[in-house]
Amino acid sequence: MIVVRDPRSAVDPSALMCRVIEACRDAIVVREAYLCDLDCAIGDGDHGTNMRRGLDALAAERQRLAGMPLAEAMSAAGTILVMSIGGAAGPLYGTLLLEIGRELSTGRPETEFPEIFQHAVAAVAQRGRSSLGEKTLLDVLYPLSDELIKHVPLQHLAEKIQGFADMTIDMKAMRGRASFLGGRSIGHMDPGAASCALLAAIVCHELAKAGAA
Amino acid sequence: MTDRGENVGIVIVSHSPLVARGAADMVRQMVGDSVPLAWCGGNPAGGLGTDTGAILKAIEEAWSEAGVAIFVDLGGAETNSEMAIEMIGKQRRARIAICNAPIVEGAVIAAAEASGGASLAKVVATAQELSPS
Repeated sequence: MIVVRDPRSAVDPSALMCRVIEACRDAIVVREAYLCDLDCAIGDGDHGTNMRRGLDALAAERQRLAGMPLAEAMSAAGTILVMSIGGAAGPLYGTLLLEIGRELSTGRPETEFPEIFQHAVAAVAQRGRSSLGEKTLLDVLYPLSDELIKHVPLQHLAEKIQGFADMTIDMKAMRGRASFLGGRSIGHMDPGAASCALLAAIVCHELAKAGAA
Repeated sequence: MTDRGENVGIVIVSHSPLVARGAADMVRQMVGDSVPLAWCGGNPAGGLGTDTGAILKAIEEAWSEAGVAIFVDLGGAETNSEMAIEMIGKQRRARIAICNAPIVEGAVIAAAEASGGASLAKVVATAQELSPS
């Protein structure tokens, strides 16, 4: 779905995109209650349900998305997430994919994916008016982006990502509903960081499995 | 075009359809039909939350060439409203503003201001006087 495919490998990009979307959907379905529980502790308790709705919508469109050029597919997937997730997470995840699509559509090659991703993460930060260390999904996206820039192998990265979400446990929420709790938000993992780590690990794992560089 | 079409429109976005509708009722009571008004509340599944698609529809419904002022409650309502403004296209984007004001008081005061034909900037500034800067 994303990142650079090794031209020597015989990966069918359409089939790979379908597989990545299905794997993401399945992972969210399994963790729906877990993500809601995390959100109950410091938010409004619907993050799992919202993400489930988003990934179900994405999965329903996977054949159509897989038939599109990558830039267009990323933008379309972003719009689907914006329209279906329904919480603040919708515009944040949506912006990430929309910006990746926008950058790819300007003709930037897929080999520049780490830089494209870095740009998209900055756009997410702007959308949420947040930054690193504020107990949000950015605490996963920023370190992930740094690792991609360093060209850390995807399988290795997949194993590291949960650690980024774990770091949010000790953080005090500065954005979103959790910020109303102030210091009481400390001691709980941020649900957005948790879903982000889960999805990013799945994507890295599937791409690594498919032999993407 | 009617007079109504020249007044700034008001959009109310809450996590709860009941809150949004209630606030809209109060606006209507204050200004009658002289201001374009629309509201939305709830997520795409009908629960508490916000929905970018519904916000886009509400902006269309309350659209005025003079612009639209949006009132929101909690974080997701603001983020989804910003997303909707971005998606509505370049041409109209600059004429839509999210007000940093309490949703009920802000919408009522803004609508009163708008009903007198005030500009979008004036409508927004009047509503935002309610919030300590």
